[in-house]
Amino acid sequence: MVEVKHVSKTYGSKKVIENLSVDIQPGKITSFIGSNGAGKSTLLSMLSRLISKDEGQVLLHGRDIHSIKPNDLAKELSILKQSNHIDLRIQVRDLISFGRFPYSQGRLTKEDWVEINKAIHYMELEEIQERYIDELSGGQLQRAYIAMIIAQDTDYVMLDEPLNNLDMKHSVQIMKSLRKMVEEMGKTAVIVIHDINFASCYSDRIVALKHGEIVREGPTEEMINSEMLKEVYDMDIPVQLINGERICLHFK
Amino acid sequence: MLLKRKMLLLGLLATAFSVLFLFWDIGTAFGYVFPRRLVKVAAIILTGSCIAFSTVIFQTITNNRILTPSLIGLDSLYMLIQTAIVFVFGGRQLAMMENRFHFVLSVGLMVLFALLLFRLVFRMEQRNIYFLLLIGIICGTFFSSISSFMQMLIDPNEFSIVQDSMFASFNNVNDDLLGISAIIMILTGVYAFPMLKYLNVMALGQDQAVNLGIPYNKIVRRWLIIIAVLVSVSTALVGPITFLGLLVANVAHQLFQTYRHSYLIIGAVLISIITLAGGQFIVEHLFTFSIPISVIVNFVGGVYFLYLLLKENRSW
Repeated sequence: MVEVKHVSKTYGSKKVIENLSVDIQPGKITSFIGSNGAGKSTLLSMLSRLISKDEGQVLLHGRDIHSIKPNDLAKELSILKQSNHIDLRIQVRDLISFGRFPYSQGRLTKEDWVEINKAIHYMELEEIQERYIDELSGGQLQRAYIAMIIAQDTDYVMLDEPLNNLDMKHSVQIMKSLRKMVEEMGKTAVIVIHDINFASCYSDRIVALKHGEIVREGPTEEMINSEMLKEVYDMDIPVQLINGERICLHFK
Repeated sequence: MLLKRKMLLLGLLATAFSVLFLFWDIGTAFGYVFPRRLVKVAAIILTGSCIAFSTVIFQTITNNRILTPSLIGLDSLYMLIQTAIVFVFGGRQLAMMENRFHFVLSVGLMVLFALLLFRLVFRMEQRNIYFLLLIGIICGTFFSSISSFMQMLIDPNEFSIVQDSMFASFNNVNDDLLGISAIIMILTGVYAFPMLKYLNVMALGQDQAVNLGIPYNKIVRRWLIIIAVLVSVSTALVGPITFLGLLVANVAHQLFQTYRHSYLIIGAVLISIITLAGGQFIVEHLFTFSIPISVIVNFVGGVYFLYLLLKENRSW
């Protein structure tokens, strides 16, 4: 279980996150939603030690994440940020193999390759595994990175806007594989997501942020309603039940 | 495998150039010429390796292939030290100064400066490698300006002594310094060795490196110190030549087309030995010592740099 306790973050004079506490429940998909600048990505980056926090603590199984050895933490918790453009001549397969670095420090063993091949299969990247990443489309690259995170085989997987640059088909594919990871492998996923309907259809819990604070949090079915949406986005958004899913009609 | 074959070819070329440089037109005074050339080849191998190694790593840390460690301002500081010695004590002092003392003084001041700079920047809230470079560039410009100011004031004859140290040269490398440099390099290498495995991951960028469990800030700081030491040693040994690094690191990237630093580093080292041995050969036998080697390296490097910029520009 990951617990966030009273964290704050200030950039210059702007408070981005203020005294925020939240528990991430294991074995579930938790989505952070909110409008631009609400502090979702900052919160996720602090959760996953990518950026430092000014105050507060993040605990993993009761231990402060900064007191855990970086290499051990990398076996427990992984993070994928948006926009990972790099100028590197590397094949998809080799990129994915980096996910095993915490285990083998670059000297890949047979078991590592088993995990890598599993991850490639999981994200259906067999056909492009030999390609260089500068030849890939944005969506393919995103899937390759997600495969790397899968190869990293951590209990906690954090993704910052994983659907950026992806078309509908690949968005659905990624959300489905996340669901599968949570249900079949017992992983815990935390995602920052803009598309409210993807959040509604795939997540178990929703944490809604506004101005660096949590407005509301709870199970998806209690969260997705017009009243909550109004509070978070300042928009009147009708919600309809279609095929058992709560769909927000926010286009008009 | 193709990469291995390329490496072998580079190795053969580097050996061939060194041997050519050692034995070409050696004449009858073998006992006099040969040891002197041997010192030059040793200096070429030492500085070539320092510069190639530090530039490849610097570019990986910054995730940028058109930067060189000279941006930290060490070259300008070196020039300032030389100018200041001449300015305060006179040109004779620089020429007469005990070699080892001069070497230790220059290296010591450069490393000290680098350490202070890193401390200052990493203590700040926004500790960011680009911020470090920015401060480095400002310091470098400041040092250059003071040097130019002092150079204006000194006697033209003395200026010519300073001018000698502005360009890298292998023509009067002192053999005691080679020993000290080699020892410093080996010690640095031993310190750096356990961190080599992190380089491939660091090339993926800071976020990925942190995600994969690398104590990023600590490792970056250590690499920067290693780079500062190596650049200082090679600069104090032959003069400012870090532009070479830009050339060889990029040629290595283009030649090997890989992310694996084992190939990139060894490749860049070999390319730099080839360039320096070849360049020194041209300096001695074609131009009969009329131009310093850094002029050739800077010319070739400059042309290549423009090519890189134009090529990058097209892909934007």
